[in-house]
Amino acid sequence: MKQFFAFVKKEFFHIWRDKRTLFILLGMPITQIIIFGFALTNEVKNTKMAILDFSKDASSSQLIQKMSVSKYFDATTVLANYLEVEPLFKKGKIKMVMVIPQQFANDLQHGNQAHIQLICDGSDPNVANTLSTYATVIIKDFQNEIIKEQKLPYRIETDIRMLYNPELKGAYSFVPGVMALILMLTSAMMTSIAIVKEKEMGTMEIILVSPLKSFGVVIAKAVPYMLLSMVNVATILLLSVYVLEVPIRGSLLLLLSEGLLFTITSLALGLLISSVTDSQQVAMLISLMGLFLPTTVLSGYMFPIENMPLPLQIMSNLVPAKWFYFIVKTIMIKGLGIQHVWKETLILVGMTVVLFGISIKKFKTRLS
Amino acid sequence: MINEKVIIAESLTKNFGDFVAVDQISFEVAKGEIFGFLGANGAGKTTAMRMLCGLSTPSSGKANVAGFDLFKETEKIKKSIGYMSQKFSLYEDLTIRENIQFYGGIYGLSKKNIQEKSAYLVEHLHLQNYQNNLVKSLPLGWKQKLAFSVAIVHDPAIVFLDEPTGGVDPVTRREFWELIYDASARGITVFVTTHYMDEAEYCNRVSIMVDGRIEALDTPKELKKIYESVSMGEVFLKLARKAVRGE
Repeated sequence: MKQFFAFVKKEFFHIWRDKRTLFILLGMPITQIIIFGFALTNEVKNTKMAILDFSKDASSSQLIQKMSVSKYFDATTVLANYLEVEPLFKKGKIKMVMVIPQQFANDLQHGNQAHIQLICDGSDPNVANTLSTYATVIIKDFQNEIIKEQKLPYRIETDIRMLYNPELKGAYSFVPGVMALILMLTSAMMTSIAIVKEKEMGTMEIILVSPLKSFGVVIAKAVPYMLLSMVNVATILLLSVYVLEVPIRGSLLLLLSEGLLFTITSLALGLLISSVTDSQQVAMLISLMGLFLPTTVLSGYMFPIENMPLPLQIMSNLVPAKWFYFIVKTIMIKGLGIQHVWKETLILVGMTVVLFGISIKKFKTRLS
Repeated sequence: MINEKVIIAESLTKNFGDFVAVDQISFEVAKGEIFGFLGANGAGKTTAMRMLCGLSTPSSGKANVAGFDLFKETEKIKKSIGYMSQKFSLYEDLTIRENIQFYGGIYGLSKKNIQEKSAYLVEHLHLQNYQNNLVKSLPLGWKQKLAFSVAIVHDPAIVFLDEPTGGVDPVTRREFWELIYDASARGITVFVTTHYMDEAEYCNRVSIMVDGRIEALDTPKELKKIYESVSMGEVFLKLARKAVRGE
């Protein structure tokens, strides 16, 4: 046991001396959360909108007023004719133009039918789609206010409720995703690099000649990164609760234990990588290509797995992050307990055991 | 001194597939002896040494290291040997003191013992003013002397040195050998592979490996007499020319 602690202490010296890496490791969750939280958002807020109002009557100004007070649009630019529309889009100044035809109020009151044209910037289809939906909803709302008094024979109102995330905040889905990504990177990549470094330096031989058991070496290497990962979990959770206002609805203890489990899974992956290569560059490359990519693409937090072709759907089951993402989402956002994630937890445990088994076996056979 | 054998190898063999890296070597090393292990590149000396250290399992043969059976008591052997590889074996991003503490620690020395050892080593190597410097800031010769001292920090019965003085100037090499003599005087057996023929002259006995076999084994003086040579260099060339195996 004393030997083991001497080794762990040495590992901490390595990490502590390499300030730059330490800084990156601890800074990564903070920057990721901030980037995802404030920059990479597909929510619509205060979008610049231009108005082309040919009608200029009471109804049209009411509608424009309604657009402006909503927090989604900022309808301040007023245009005089169609010729002004394209240059504005080209400059990227606006995302949408609302065109109100002549006689808008008249048509509405006497003809029972009026038209509104929405022109969107289709070069960014997702945003265009979201914007037109939002605008349509506001226009519909406007219409409902007008016809409130009149009674229509048939009318179906859809009342949509978004459970667990009523405001459709993007943070609810990326916080669990970022957690999976960060844990995968710190644990798997850093452990594999730390072990391979020892091989490259030639110090691994000295360790193997010593009375330390190979199992002990592997664990001692992993312990510091496990602690670092838990610090990262705490950082991510604190930031998401206090900065992004994402709640932790389920049990914090359960969430942390699942985090620890996933950290151990990642460590096992890191060990496996270190056992198949002798150079730090290769270890880094395998970690990035083999872990980073599947974790972002196939875990379901960026692209829905249900929409993928079947082979990819099947492959995604091999990605530990997919299960972890589901678990975190279920506990954090839906507030459910272990009875709803025990299957996924068992899958992670199974993966960990298999990965550890293979890497320790590989580690041993390399000696003879 | 002659009575007590710390290494006994009998027909020790290592195959890698069809390739016989080490071919039935047999020899004995006495306690406190400085045993030189010579051979051209690819002659099998590193493989032989790795087997004796427990880094590699022999294909056949018998061996006893520090009184323990090489096949059955590997863990006990590991406690009684020290090892310094041809690659540099200290941690560059640790200080001198931290390196000593680490190696003392993994051999299970007590805290007090480690304290005493580090104080002694630092003084002995005249490194008092540098003990809290990172190892990477030291000149190569100092690092190697430190690496050797660290390899014997737990007072092993045998220390294995795999080309310990590669790339070092003759003066530092001489100083390094003084450390080896010190260790030998304290009863530590030194098993050393080398490319430098002047170093071969410093050994008590020398074995020369050619194509995986031990071609000659005796004191430098006797070897020179048998092969009618003036230096170990000449002896080595005469034997190594017979090699079939290239690098």
